[in-house]
Amino acid sequence: MSYLRPKFRHPELPKNKLGYTLDYYEGSLSTLCAGCGHDSISASVVQAAFEMDIEPHKLAKLSGIGCSSKTPAYFLSNSHGFNSVHGRMPSVATGAYLANRDLIYFGVSGDGDTASIGMGQFIHAVRRNLNMIYIVMNNGCYGLTKGQDSATADLGSKNKSGNTNPFESIDLASLALEMGAGFVAQSFSGDKRQLVPLIKAAMKHKGFAFINVISPCVTFNNNVGSTKSYDYVREHVEATSTIDFVPEMAEITTSHQEGTLQKVKMHDGSLINLHKLANDWDPMDRRSAMNAMQNAKEKGEILTGLLFLDESGNELHDILNTSDKPLNKMVESELCPGSEILKSINAGFR
Amino acid sequence: MNNDNKINDFVVRFANVNGTGSASANFLFTKAIFRMGIPVTPKNIFPSNIQGLPTWYEVRVSEKGYLGRRKGIDLMVAVNPQSMLQDVKSVRRGGYFLYDSSKKLHSEFIREDINYLGIPLMEMCNAAYTDARQRQLFKNIIYVGALAALLDIDFKEFEGLLAEQFKGKEKLIPANIKALTLGMDYVKANFKYPLEFKLERRDLVGDSIMIDGNTACGLGAVYAGATVAAWYPITPSTSVVEAFSDYAHEYRVDPVTGKSNVAIVQAEDELAAIGMVIGANWNGARSFTATSGPGLSLMNEFLGLAYFAEIPTVLIDVQRTGPSTGMPTRTQQSDIMEAAYASHGDTKHVLLFPASPKECFDMTVEAFDLAEGLQTPIMLMTDLDLGMNDHVSPPLVWDDKRAYKRGKVLDAEALDKIEKFGRYKDVDGDGIPYRTIPATHPTKGSYFTRGTSRDEYAAYTEDSGAYQYNMDRLIKKWNTAKDMVPAPQVYQEKNTNESGILFFGTSTYAAEEALDILKENDIPMDAIRIKSFPFNKTVEDFIHSHDKVYVIEQNRDGQLKSLLTIELGINPDKLISVLNYDGTPITAEVILRQISNKFASDSHIQKAKAV
Repeated sequence: MSYLRPKFRHPELPKNKLGYTLDYYEGSLSTLCAGCGHDSISASVVQAAFEMDIEPHKLAKLSGIGCSSKTPAYFLSNSHGFNSVHGRMPSVATGAYLANRDLIYFGVSGDGDTASIGMGQFIHAVRRNLNMIYIVMNNGCYGLTKGQDSATADLGSKNKSGNTNPFESIDLASLALEMGAGFVAQSFSGDKRQLVPLIKAAMKHKGFAFINVISPCVTFNNNVGSTKSYDYVREHVEATSTIDFVPEMAEITTSHQEGTLQKVKMHDGSLINLHKLANDWDPMDRRSAMNAMQNAKEKGEILTGLLFLDESGNELHDILNTSDKPLNKMVESELCPGSEILKSINAGFR
Repeated sequence: MNNDNKINDFVVRFANVNGTGSASANFLFTKAIFRMGIPVTPKNIFPSNIQGLPTWYEVRVSEKGYLGRRKGIDLMVAVNPQSMLQDVKSVRRGGYFLYDSSKKLHSEFIREDINYLGIPLMEMCNAAYTDARQRQLFKNIIYVGALAALLDIDFKEFEGLLAEQFKGKEKLIPANIKALTLGMDYVKANFKYPLEFKLERRDLVGDSIMIDGNTACGLGAVYAGATVAAWYPITPSTSVVEAFSDYAHEYRVDPVTGKSNVAIVQAEDELAAIGMVIGANWNGARSFTATSGPGLSLMNEFLGLAYFAEIPTVLIDVQRTGPSTGMPTRTQQSDIMEAAYASHGDTKHVLLFPASPKECFDMTVEAFDLAEGLQTPIMLMTDLDLGMNDHVSPPLVWDDKRAYKRGKVLDAEALDKIEKFGRYKDVDGDGIPYRTIPATHPTKGSYFTRGTSRDEYAAYTEDSGAYQYNMDRLIKKWNTAKDMVPAPQVYQEKNTNESGILFFGTSTYAAEEALDILKENDIPMDAIRIKSFPFNKTVEDFIHSHDKVYVIEQNRDGQLKSLLTIELGINPDKLISVLNYDGTPITAEVILRQISNKFASDSHIQKAKAV
């Protein structure tokens, strides 16, 4: 069931550039379990969209099937949403994007949705450099069917019933890197300070922006022995950096130690200020990012933050060389060759 | 075979090896006959293979304009040693067998009751050309030249066709003319010519064109304003999107920027292709896919979503022989049931059944108007025979005043006027709700599209009443569709017979020919051609007003018959299936034979058997 939130808000809530308060970006009340990591991610999405002055109706939110895929109902209620079929949000997002290149496409998926049936569509969306944000709310289990292991459950992780997962896990961030994604980040649902700027930067990225967010399942995968429990993740998170996102060349003010700041400029002039914590890692170098991921895996750490950024790739409409005007705004005169041309086509078949 | 009429009434079959350049030579033969104003129907019978396997090309010439396949081969052009035994056997008694006599014909290929036309094709080629590829290619042109003499093809038609084919590469023309002349001269020097069946110039094709159905579908999608096409290659549908792509990139590119008003994506599979189509249509672009049986199976789940979430979708199904991989390069009408009820739960889908390239064009355009008008998937059920074979067809016509019917879409102004937008509310009482396109209005009209149950305002609900109300509204919409889809074609002003025949799609040519023959034999029958599903009142009335109705279809299980029985509550005993499911296009002979067998006690019908 979806519930409506109470309408009352403090009259002096801060407003963004569009004059909207934060609550304007909220959705209906979540029906997920109390304490679910996904709700924290939804809150970060609301915060990021508010801070980025997004016109909600110019953003389309799309998802597959599962607990995570329900969340688009819980944020941005003034945006159109599309809850599609299991694992196939990328194809729906592809079609939607082809129809109108001017909107922001915000995809939400889970580990069950992306790492199993959706694997093919996920990597093909990466491969086509589809201009979208793709968030995986990754809890290593199937919540809606009561806690079965998913394909991202770590080898040796123990589930609620006490069974140990005997299979290798699929590392979605490494996979996105391997497939050539231009923006790859990893985060933890409980770290809003890191997640909000990452979502903001992803919204500005031209091309496929992937964020894998470890998001503990409080009901089925928060037990001792699980590698995706709140306690385990908090103990093993290793941030690559702290991150600020500065839209379109605003004044940069940061306080940090000299030598650890790396400014990453995005295509529209926005800046990402990375306060690097990890050594020998360069966010502009794919191989270095892959090494960092491998090293973290060996040490049993969960590397978070922006892992890799490259904005030089052509996104799908560039590749197809489609008109600047959105295809869904075109009318007969722009699309139909007309009767005279048809007559000449007929003549060619005589 | 009736040999009374020997002018413009025969079948020539070419037996070739796949990948040897025979297709263009055979097409030259067909097109020359078409240019002589004579109705002609070619059928490709090709393997699921690129090079080396047997392939046949069968050309029927019909003064009466019968464009279906006909049984009985009058002249076999046998240039494939692999299939020669089968080819010899398939010639009708008294027919002709043209072969390459460079090598002596083995005794097993000798029949007493047919005539042999040995032409040393290979020897002639080796003497005339030095290049190996030319030797192979011109062998085909030489036999076309031989046919010109044997059948009286007007040589100037070849000259005209070659001039068009090699425009800009004129230096290739003389070598072709030489090859044609070689073949023609050999016949003139060695055989009695022309044969007793031959061609005579006529004016029977008028302004018709010769085009395949897939090209017509692709063109239809361009004219209908489709902007997003997503597809996965599968025979025999591939050339639909290829044609769409060719024409769209020819007519929709900005000459200054080079950018095009179209986006075509070859998807990773059919699951993704249909997902993209649904995403694009949801976002307000006209979008379609083309596939065949196996692809349709994969698309089922998404079709259920499009039905339930009410998203316009256009799917062109070029049917092939199933089940499973079946015979991928043979024809059938065997996806009817799967398409009609695609996906789990209670679903029904609108189907259109084109019978000619012109209808492929018209119905593709119509499919987009219907998809948006009804907010549901529309499937165009064509098949390999129609899609991949050239057909003589009326020319394609476009009315420049025609506007795209986008259906019930609310713009910002309309949204401002209404108090509360209800995506699934039946405002007009026809079961068709209003929809909005994303980004239309800052504060109104947004909603959550989903495959889960929801109330009239698109809010998730598990309330039984709300669920059932919605399912019943979908049936109301289905009933509305009955008068929106193309009406059937009834062949008589008034029903006058106890029995009728019912057919659809590519069975039309053979069925119309069978009707004529029945009439000539004083056994006229009433007839109706179905053009769409759901069936409307006319279909129901036709069946009710006849004692027996023969349902002609090209599948094993009588799928359309089942559909009629289920949807109209017809007593199945009343519907008698006439079936052809061997993978080849149905013939009038098959129809007549089955009707007479099934009606064996009726002496009237027995007469039809004799023809």
